[in-house]
Amino acid sequence: MPETAGPAIWQRRMMLAVLLTPALLWLFALIILPHIELALLSLRQRIAPHTYAASLTQYQTFFAEPLYWRVFVRTAILSALATALTLLVAFPVAWIIAKVARGRASSLLFVLCLIPFWVSETVRALGWLILLRESGVLPTLLVRLGITAVPVELLYHDATILIGLIYTSLLFMVVPLVSSLESLDNSLIEAAYNLGGTGASILRQIVVPHAAPGITSGCIVVFMLTLGNYLTPNLLGGKNSQWFTELIYTQFIVRFNWEQGAAFGFLLLGLSTAMVALGLRVSGQRFVDVMRRA
Amino acid sequence: MSIPDLSVEQIDKRFADHVAVDRLSFAVERGSFFSILGPSGCGKTTLLRMIAGFTLPDSGDIRIGDRSMRAVAPNRRPVNMVFQHLALFPMMSVGDNVGFGLARRGVGKAERARRAAAMLERVGLAGAAHKRVDELSGGQRQRVAIARSLVLEPTLLLLDEPLGALDLKLREHMKIELKQLQAAFGTTFVYITHDQSEALVLSDHVAVMNHGRFEQIGTPQQLYYQPQTPFVAGFVGANNCIAGRALGVDAELVELVTPQGWTVRARRSGSIAVGEAVAAFVRPEVASIEREAAQLPPHMTCHAGEVQSLLFDGANSAVLIVEQQTRFEFRVALPQTGRLADLTPGARVFFGFDPQRAICFSASAGAAAPAGAGGGHA
Repeated sequence: MPETAGPAIWQRRMMLAVLLTPALLWLFALIILPHIELALLSLRQRIAPHTYAASLTQYQTFFAEPLYWRVFVRTAILSALATALTLLVAFPVAWIIAKVARGRASSLLFVLCLIPFWVSETVRALGWLILLRESGVLPTLLVRLGITAVPVELLYHDATILIGLIYTSLLFMVVPLVSSLESLDNSLIEAAYNLGGTGASILRQIVVPHAAPGITSGCIVVFMLTLGNYLTPNLLGGKNSQWFTELIYTQFIVRFNWEQGAAFGFLLLGLSTAMVALGLRVSGQRFVDVMRRA
Repeated sequence: MSIPDLSVEQIDKRFADHVAVDRLSFAVERGSFFSILGPSGCGKTTLLRMIAGFTLPDSGDIRIGDRSMRAVAPNRRPVNMVFQHLALFPMMSVGDNVGFGLARRGVGKAERARRAAAMLERVGLAGAAHKRVDELSGGQRQRVAIARSLVLEPTLLLLDEPLGALDLKLREHMKIELKQLQAAFGTTFVYITHDQSEALVLSDHVAVMNHGRFEQIGTPQQLYYQPQTPFVAGFVGANNCIAGRALGVDAELVELVTPQGWTVRARRSGSIAVGEAVAAFVRPEVASIEREAAQLPPHMTCHAGEVQSLLFDGANSAVLIVEQQTRFEFRVALPQTGRLADLTPGARVFFGFDPQRAICFSASAGAAAPAGAGGGHA
C-alpha cells in the first residue's frame, strides 16, 4: 500500500502547486513586489539629482501640510458615511430579494441590481453628469415645475459624490446581505413574533445578529472600494472633491514626486487596514468568518 | 360549564386550488391535551397557523378564552407555539431565549433572569441559562422551546410536530416528558402530529383530520375502539381492511364478499344496503391464529390460510397470512406468550375473528356522513 499511496500524495501536491502557481505569481508580481518598491520609495528623499538618502521626510510632509491630512481625514469620513448609507439603502433591497419576493421575482430584482454594472464606471458617472449638471435633465425639470427660478448646479457637492459612491457600491453590499438573510430561518422570525416581539425588536435582536457577518463583509468591501475610488469622486465632485486618491495621482503623474506618492499610498493602505480592524472589533466578528460570507 | 380555552367557529381557509380548512368548528377544554392527527397535507398546519395568527382565515372566528382573535396580531395573542424545528434563537444564550418574551413585555433584567432560571429549573435544566443553544442535546432543546413559551403563561400552547426531528428512543422519552409537563403546568396544549402513537399516548382528546375536516373527535380509546369513519379506522392503529360488497345485512352484522370471493362478517356501522360497496376493518390483535381449526374459539368463523411471513417486532409481533382460496393478505398479532413463535413461512394455519369486534362501513362513509353513523356500536 505505501508504495502506491506515496506517489498519490505526491501527485496531489504537485497538482495543487500547479493550480496555485498563477495565483501566487500574480500576488507576488502585482501586489508584493510593487509594495516593497513603494515602501522603499516612500522612505527616501532626493538630496541631489540621482542621489537619494533614507529619510522620513515624505511622511513628515504629510503631517506638516494641513491640505494633505485634511483631505485624508475627509476621505475617511466620507467613505465611512457612504458605507453606512449604502448599508441603509441596500438592507431593504436585500430583505425584499431574500425574504419577500419569490422565485422569478427575486432573481429579477437581483438582475436589476446587477444591470448598472454592464456599463463601465466612466459611462455610469457620465450618466450622472447628464442628469445633474446645470443644463442637465434634473435642473431643467426643476425649473419647468417652478420649484427653482433658475437652473441650479447639482454637481460638485459632497452629496453628489455620496450618491455616486452609493450607486457604485450598492451591488457589493446587496450580495453578501442577500446571502446572509437567505440563511435566516423564517421560523425564527415567526417564533419571535409569537413570543411578543415587534418589528423593531426582531430586527435588532434576531435579524441583525444573524446577518452580522454579511453586514460586516459588505461594509468592508464597500469601504475599501469607496476609499480607493478615483473616478466617481473626481467626475462628480470636480475640483471640490478633495479625494485622497487624487492627491496620490497628482504626486505620481503631475508632479513626478514618486516618493511622496508612495508615502500617500502607504498611508491609505494603513487607513484602510485600521478601519477594517476597527469595524471587526466593534462588531465582534472574525475576518475569516466574514470573508467566507462575502 | 366554563368557557373553553379555545373555540374555533366555522373556520374556512382556501388556497388557490384547494381547500386547506373546510368550515371547521371545535372547542378545547381548559387544561386539556388536545391533538390534531392527520396525514401531511390534511390542513392541520394551516389550522395551527391560523390559531397562532400567522395565517388569516377566509371566514369564521377563533376565540381564545372569551376573546375573538379576529383583529389580534400574532404578537398580541395569548398563545405561544413550539415550532417543528423549535426555532430557538442561536444568537442568544439559553437564558436569553427563555427571557425573550419577558423582555418584550417590559420585565426588568434581574426579574427576567430570575424567572427564566426558575422556569429552566422546572423543566429540569437548572443552571443551563448561560449555555449556548448548540451545546444542548435534542431533548434539552425541546425543553428550552417549551420553557420559552410557558414562561409567558399562555392560555394555549401550540405544538407543531415538535418530536418529528428526534430519533425514536428520544421521541419515546419526550412523549412521556411532554405529558408530565402538561400535567404539571396545567396549560392547555394543542398538539398537531401525523404520528398516531404520539396522539394516542399524549392526548385527552384527539381530532382526526382529513381533507380540511375533522373525521372524528374523541378520546384515544374511542378513536381506537369505535372509529366512526373508514378513514379513522384505517389511520389510527394497525388494521386489516377488507373491501367488498355487502351480501347480507341484519340489525347487527354485515356479511361481505371480496371481489375474489372471500366471505367475512363484521359489525355494521351506519346504514348499509345489500349490494353496496363496503369496507370491514379487523385489528390484528382481534384475530386469533391456531395450527388446528378445532383450537379456535367456537364463535369465530374459521378461515384456512398459509403463513407468508413473520413480522417480529417484540410485543407488536405479527404474522402475515394469505387466505387459502382467495390469496387475501391478512395480518394477525402473535400471542405474547411466544406460543406460535416457531411458525415458518408456508405453514398451514387457521385463523378467525369475532365479527362483533370487526367493524364494517359503507365505502362512501366519510366526514360527510351524519354523526349518527356511529350508532351501530351501542
